[in-house]
Amino acid sequence: MNLNVNINGVARVLACNAGDMLCDALRSAGYTEVKKGCGTGNCGVCTILLDGVPVPSCSTIAGKADGREITTIRGLEKEASEFADFLVAEGADQCGFCTPGFTMMVLAMKRELVSPSEGEIRHYLSGNLCRCSGYEGHLRAIKKYLEASRE
Amino acid sequence: MSEPWQEPIDERPKEQKPQEPRQFREVSHSIPKIEGKGLVTGRPAYTDDFAPRDALYVALVRSPHAFARIKSIDASKALALPGVACVITGKDIVRIPYTRAGQGDPEPSPRDKFILDEYVRYVGDEVAIVAAEDEATARKASSLIQVSYEVFESVLDFEKSIDNPIVIHPEQEIREMFPIGFEPRRNIASSYEMNVGDVGAELAKSDVVVAKSFLTQAQSHVAMEPHTAFSYLDLHGRLVIYTSTQNPFHTRRILAQALDMPLKDIRIVKPRIGGGFGSKQHIHIEPFVALVTLRTGRPARLALSRKEVFESTFTRHQMRISMRAGANRDGTLNVLDMNVLSNTGAYGEHALTSFMVVGSKSLPLYNKVKAVHFGGNVVYTNKVSAGAFRGYGAVQGNFAIESTVDELAHALGMDPIAFREKNMIQEGEKSEVFRIMGEGGEGVDMAIESCKLNYCIKRGKELIGWDPKRLAWESAPGKVRAKGMAIAMQGSGIPLVDMGSATLTLQDGGWFTLRVGATDLGTGSDTIMVQIAAEELGVPFSTISVYSSDTDNTPFDVGAYASSTTYVSGNAVLDAARKMKKVMIDAVAEHYGCEADMIGFDGANFMAEDGSVLVSLRDLSFDTLYHNGEHMKTLTATGSYTGPKSPPPYMAGFAEIEVDTETGKVDLLNYVAVVDCGTPINPNLARVQAEGGLLQGIGMALFENVQYTEKGRLLTNTIMSYPIPSREDVGKITVELAPSFEPSGPFGAKSIGEIGIDTPPAAIANAIRNAIGVRLTETPFTPERVLMAIRKAAQGQA
Repeated sequence: MNLNVNINGVARVLACNAGDMLCDALRSAGYTEVKKGCGTGNCGVCTILLDGVPVPSCSTIAGKADGREITTIRGLEKEASEFADFLVAEGADQCGFCTPGFTMMVLAMKRELVSPSEGEIRHYLSGNLCRCSGYEGHLRAIKKYLEASRE
Repeated sequence: MSEPWQEPIDERPKEQKPQEPRQFREVSHSIPKIEGKGLVTGRPAYTDDFAPRDALYVALVRSPHAFARIKSIDASKALALPGVACVITGKDIVRIPYTRAGQGDPEPSPRDKFILDEYVRYVGDEVAIVAAEDEATARKASSLIQVSYEVFESVLDFEKSIDNPIVIHPEQEIREMFPIGFEPRRNIASSYEMNVGDVGAELAKSDVVVAKSFLTQAQSHVAMEPHTAFSYLDLHGRLVIYTSTQNPFHTRRILAQALDMPLKDIRIVKPRIGGGFGSKQHIHIEPFVALVTLRTGRPARLALSRKEVFESTFTRHQMRISMRAGANRDGTLNVLDMNVLSNTGAYGEHALTSFMVVGSKSLPLYNKVKAVHFGGNVVYTNKVSAGAFRGYGAVQGNFAIESTVDELAHALGMDPIAFREKNMIQEGEKSEVFRIMGEGGEGVDMAIESCKLNYCIKRGKELIGWDPKRLAWESAPGKVRAKGMAIAMQGSGIPLVDMGSATLTLQDGGWFTLRVGATDLGTGSDTIMVQIAAEELGVPFSTISVYSSDTDNTPFDVGAYASSTTYVSGNAVLDAARKMKKVMIDAVAEHYGCEADMIGFDGANFMAEDGSVLVSLRDLSFDTLYHNGEHMKTLTATGSYTGPKSPPPYMAGFAEIEVDTETGKVDLLNYVAVVDCGTPINPNLARVQAEGGLLQGIGMALFENVQYTEKGRLLTNTIMSYPIPSREDVGKITVELAPSFEPSGPFGAKSIGEIGIDTPPAAIANAIRNAIGVRLTETPFTPERVLMAIRKAAQGQA
């Protein structure tokens, strides 16, 4: 089946089989920035925006995206790059496999929450797992990024 | 204000120090990881991102039984499916025993595995390989393959494995490469014993004796990137494999042996890896893509599903550790006795070595004991195989020893810290254990030249607010807060076994390529290798471009394991940089007809003795490559290093917890760790290594509860059923690095990859002991176990 979607602002026809997950369909079409980690929607590395809302693409049926707007990390390159400066400054990027999905979620949080507390940050991002960093470096980077964004 | 690590304290006479602690230009600076921004913004980086579009998808048929013989395989329905390229079973390939451990040569693990065998020994063992044009077809085809099994009774309880009538490895061809105590007829993969002094007599003489038995679980690595590989034949007909491996060179050698191919015909490339923690030291996927490519001539790709990662890659070795320890009333620790039973699962990868590390990287913490014994067996079971996992036995050993030492302090009525300080190893000292126990053989006799445990403890006490009179208090009705601590050591590579190499080459324009066999798992080792080279050459960080982990194009390195990279590979880079400086100065001396030792180099220009500029680095590069006629040449230097010793990093870890005495739930409020890793080459990256290691240790201590069905099927095979710690699961983690300088390390550095994981199980258990008065001896400390302990204690008092 073919899906008519808009990916990162470009209209595309996405070929997939019935039952395919969006993560696999996107990766097959060359959007390798969408990572696949768990296949059960638990780790957050496959996070994309569907009509602006973050979803785990590994647990989203590809067909659901028909006629809708998909945004990957490459579609948010400028914002992502700004946040990346703070993350790498802390050395918290580590293996990097979780970072595209995690960064999507940080950017979504920034749009949604005004001056989130540490607890709110931890809660908003709790679905984005990282096995390398211990999260402390993430937190340092997020706080500095949010602070700099407010200035 | 300067950071503490910029002012190393070293009070020993200066002539003993081959390298001086000093202010560094490149080293000891938190330079961002060079590839970091590319990774965050989603640039293609990992193996699967580069898989050829026309590659066949590989799927594996796996055993549903814990122990069975394959009677027959009928692949006709699968082969009839349009798009299926091939099905490969054990009958199609040469039966060669090998080990998937991913170690050096000869391997200290038994060669007890076949790529595909007539027998399957755990649920998830490989039965057949399927390749098809797309992933869905490959998966469908694998489900259409009909396998008939003769199902056997299995051995699931590792404490009932030795001399069980069910023999897991009866086959004749399997073997040990050198004596490792391999007795497969008894279900023993390996065994080992060592003894110093008279343990029985010292126990009898001690005023206080503690005997406890500990059980640790088979933790899963859960690297976020599943194991992934693809293969193809290059223009010369050679087999090229891109794979998420921690050790490309071992992978090449082991594949050549298992596939009976010349080493020359294989090239292994490691792109970025999405985490490893030991799990990608092993050979899990490469043989399957290789066999499909060799059979079909076509590219082949395989990315394991998360379920497959849980069920068929390795775990930490589950262990039963029985401790006995004795001390005098004055707080002198006399004796440590450690008997260990380790569960290697269906195959013996890392059986002996991870087992020996239980003792070799925990017992030397208390080097003044009069007697010490370590010994036991590593046994087969019909469970998921165990292998290398960060900590590698040390975390299990640390849990047992640091719980036992704490219990002794309780029995003596001493502050557990004062008891440790009286007995622990100090700078300048040795341990008999270093000499006796290596990894798989004898160790090396080494003196500890850097050990800042005293500082780590002192600083940790300040940060956690340690008051020995107030280690537990009621914070609210039904809630008890408490503190506990543990100390730990690890190593920096395997001495005289691990070897790394690096090649520097001057390029036209006056910049350098640095090629290293070292393998960056995401730790930032590529970045710190450049920092080391830049520091020694005296050139800016930005003028060195690094390329790593490609068996055709980088010099040999054993790979990233055993906390080897900073120390072993880093020293190789240092050696290459020293040689490179000499090569360049010799070239200038030859060209200008002057003495080499009169020429100086400031990172940009080569100067004569009077300070006048002879030639710039940029001009030298053009001269040697374009202008010098018959003297033209490439200026390059290769350095290698193997450690005659393995200087341990040390740390002190402190936990502050709150126990809900109604539910048994333990909340970790604060964890403080102060680490001595020598000079941190990159302080931020070093700190994150420690923070990440701590959280994995905390996961082992509190959350990661492995469950099997009674038929031996792993129940905890998704991230949903095996939850690794999330951001909300722990309170604050604070890591500081101690001022320290290791004379044998590159610019004073030791490794830091593993040590972070070691202290949480013991420190949290010790805090729980202070909170509820009961010693928990089994990880993880789930609410059920804690509540049972509280109830048992209450019954005991009643």
